[in-house]
Amino acid sequence: MGEEIEPRIIEGALSLPYRWATGPVGARFLEGLKNKKILGTRCPKCRRVLVPARKFCPRCFVDTDEWVEVGDKGILRTFTIINFSFVGQVRKPPYIVGIIELDGADVGFTHFIGGVDLTDIEKAARELRPGMRVQAVWREERKGDILDIEYFKPVRE
Amino acid sequence: MSGRVAIVDVAQTKHGAPYIRNLTVSDLVYIVVKELLEKTGISIEDLETIITSSSDFWQGSGCSNVFYFDAAGAYLKDSPKVEEDSALGFVYAFMRILSGHFDKALIVAVTKCSEAPSISDITSLNSDPFYQRPVGIEEVTAAGLQAQQYVSRYKLSDEIRAEIAVKNYRNAINNPYAHRRMNLTIDEVLGSEILAYPLRRLEVADGSDGAVAVLISSEEAARKLTDTPVWIRGVGWSVDHYFLGDRDLLEVVSLREASERAYKMSGIRYPRKQIDLAEVCETSTVQELLWYEGLGFCNRGEGWKLIADGVTGMYGELPVNPSGGVLATNPYVARGLIRVAEATLQLKGEAGRRQVPDAETAIAHSTHGAAGSHHTVIVLGR
Ligand SMILES: [Zn+2]
Repeated sequence: MGEEIEPRIIEGALSLPYRWATGPVGARFLEGLKNKKILGTRCPKCRRVLVPARKFCPRCFVDTDEWVEVGDKGILRTFTIINFSFVGQVRKPPYIVGIIELDGADVGFTHFIGGVDLTDIEKAARELRPGMRVQAVWREERKGDILDIEYFKPVRE
Repeated sequence: MSGRVAIVDVAQTKHGAPYIRNLTVSDLVYIVVKELLEKTGISIEDLETIITSSSDFWQGSGCSNVFYFDAAGAYLKDSPKVEEDSALGFVYAFMRILSGHFDKALIVAVTKCSEAPSISDITSLNSDPFYQRPVGIEEVTAAGLQAQQYVSRYKLSDEIRAEIAVKNYRNAINNPYAHRRMNLTIDEVLGSEILAYPLRRLEVADGSDGAVAVLISSEEAARKLTDTPVWIRGVGWSVDHYFLGDRDLLEVVSLREASERAYKMSGIRYPRKQIDLAEVCETSTVQELLWYEGLGFCNRGEGWKLIADGVTGMYGELPVNPSGGVLATNPYVARGLIRVAEATLQLKGEAGRRQVPDAETAIAHSTHGAAGSHHTVIVLGR
């Protein structure tokens, strides 16, 4: 159907503002962060403490019935060191994301791991190991969102 | 009807980004559907139901199928869309035939990753805005967390991970439809820059552009349309917890569930022995090992042995991803249906230089969601 012509590309971008309700359980969890407390809820059936707090247990499908404050320390389950950029990224790469098993919780908690020198990623990775103790570093001016915890830092106990 | 459902034939674009950049999503769909109709000798009037599969996020437009449903021949027809994973579109079409209301169904899937932001940009929108998105959870980060856990728990070496990438990119050389066709060394894979430690750039599936179409039918119709029907012997799908922290990322419980269901339906008891090849949806090197384990090809933590022993290599006893898999070709939403198309070509004996000899039973596997939260397993047979 005729001769080849140069690709023509039409550029555009989407930026759409949303407003998301946290729900009452989410609101109480986030209010807890403001007061340097990490709150979970306990499932009456499997007895697991779920963090962030849930209205119901996703496994047992029953309402949770008890609020439990868990520790702001825990052990590192796994980590990854992010060395690339994407839209909406909160921290500038390189940075570390981890899954932490907080003291008193029965599920993992995803957050940043900090306080580690990342000039050499391979070297930093050798210093991190699953099972190591980490502790939350709290933001000075807390607003009631997940970033009231700046990151978890390795601690020696 | 007999209750048996067959794949009549398949068609795919030559996937890539540079090759097909000047074509629209609609063009790609039109090309594969036309080709499939010509191959099977049926006309568009013969089709009553056409299932489409694409993503609004990837296309940057709501109701993504309105831009191409007519290119699929679906004007005034019964034409629903399955978002995000085209393997589920396939399962949907399968059920429509099983219902007895339709004797033929077409499934078409498309994505042009070259037109969209990156996989990380798009998949961070899959994370909730309260707890996971603000701490950077998206597909590549989740794959990194999962890979590091595998490395720590099972002492997986860098070399085995790299070998998976070497195998898949090299297999892709034999696949004229594949996007990234490369003969790499282990050192080249491990020398590519760190993306999500421990994963290197060449260990993580980047996007592609492409479309794929599959025609399925009842047994009666299939007998008239093809000499080499491929039978849908079993299907299963399952989804894991939403929060990454709620899951053991190495247990892949939803894949175990999905494969158990598909195996039960198809009478497979010893997958390693009874399956001749598998097309799996590995978005990272480590995931290919995890999917071996979840599909029951080996025990937990032993996926590496299948690589070390060459079992899943092109000349092994159970080749995995003779097409090059998702590392080589990843038109995001279409990748699940591409697994079905590739497994079908193998069972028809039409896989050319990537043909696994005498393949009788094959698996097409697809996954969607962070670190493989949703899985679909499809067992196909000759
Ligand atoms: Zn429970």
